[in-house]
Amino acid sequence: MPTRVLLARVIIELFTSRVRVTHELRAFCSPLSIGEETRLFLSFRSPIASPAMPPLVPKSGDAVFASVERVNAELFTLTYGAIVRQLLTDLEEVEEVNKQLDQMGYNIGVRLIDEFLAKSNVSRCVDFRETADVIAKVGFKMFLGVAATVTNWDAEGTTCSLVLEDNPLVDFVELPDTCQGLRYCNILSGVIRGALEMVSMKTEITWIRDMLNGDDAYELRVKLLKQVPEEYPYKDDD
Amino acid sequence: MIGVGKPKQYGNVLDKPLSRGRQEVSLSAFAFLFSELVQYNQTQVDNIAELERRLEDAGYAVGARVLELLCHRDKGNRRETRLLGILSFIHSTVWKVLFGKVADSLEKGTEHEDEYMISEKELLVNRFISVPKDMGAFNCGAFVAGIVRGVLDGAGFPAVVTAHFVPIEGQQRPRTTILIKFAEEVLRREARLG
Repeated sequence: MPTRVLLARVIIELFTSRVRVTHELRAFCSPLSIGEETRLFLSFRSPIASPAMPPLVPKSGDAVFASVERVNAELFTLTYGAIVRQLLTDLEEVEEVNKQLDQMGYNIGVRLIDEFLAKSNVSRCVDFRETADVIAKVGFKMFLGVAATVTNWDAEGTTCSLVLEDNPLVDFVELPDTCQGLRYCNILSGVIRGALEMVSMKTEITWIRDMLNGDDAYELRVKLLKQVPEEYPYKDDD
Repeated sequence: MIGVGKPKQYGNVLDKPLSRGRQEVSLSAFAFLFSELVQYNQTQVDNIAELERRLEDAGYAVGARVLELLCHRDKGNRRETRLLGILSFIHSTVWKVLFGKVADSLEKGTEHEDEYMISEKELLVNRFISVPKDMGAFNCGAFVAGIVRGVLDGAGFPAVVTAHFVPIEGQQRPRTTILIKFAEEVLRREARLG
């Protein structure tokens, strides 16, 4: 699956005749030295490109949100509430519900990343810091209409916190005493985990603060476990 | 420093001020969520009728809450007592708030006195859903039918609500009709009220 995303990106970039010799394209064609790289770049550009074409600028979160179709947040909130209620009735165990919500989020994240990459024109993130920034500013804004902030970086730059002040999933919600261990927004952690896995980053996501339990904001701790390099189905010498 | 402070914390969710209802999320977020709802329910049932019933139950809960929210916010806590009143409330206010537009049409059934139909060219929930042939007449609009049933039940008009595909000549995709069949007591009460 990651290869599909990568190939789609290569094809889109070729058609817009703005071939950036990125890391993946370089590996896709075959290892090139610096001199050859430049030649490859020029030969793709010449036949189809108009020289004055500007590079595609990554859109800001607000711009993307304004350009996608939107729906009332209350319908979204109430539907999510119906899902959680169904899960609680069926599974009855709070831990099971948490796991199921995470799994549902994972399934969503795996498909959401395609749409995200297609609509937001973000360029490849250089490191995890940029990834976290993009998720917070563009990703959350584009889908949920609220921007998150990134805080609390650790020393190596592999773990950070995403803080949400406003969360459309939890309007009108109050947790009863019988559901105290329930992580109501667990679907969000699954979504982020699924989406990042499709761009070859294995992460672990935990909830630090939860407004439904009395805290003042929602805080997700995102920890990068490892970067899984992409595998190509083509061998170099074929 | 003036102007800097934490947002006010409310102990009880009922004390929080009610939002104006203008906040939006992207359509794809809702579509993803709805698809997960359907997929989860598919794993829990054995047949189509069960699946429709579960989607309807999910919608019922949404409908009950939508009624409370809209009555309080948009109608100033006045409740509808007449049949046509509640039907036009659903057809315009509820549809406008949930789906962004009023429903395409509201019709009275010709064969039976107690049947009414709300039609929509393409339900929002069905936009990104394709039903395989072997699932027959299954319609994810059962969720919307559940919402309508929830609103009607909460308002005191018990009814049986179902969603159907109605093929139209000249159009590729069939129209969706929400069929509302009111209970006996509703018609008797309506007749008494004149």
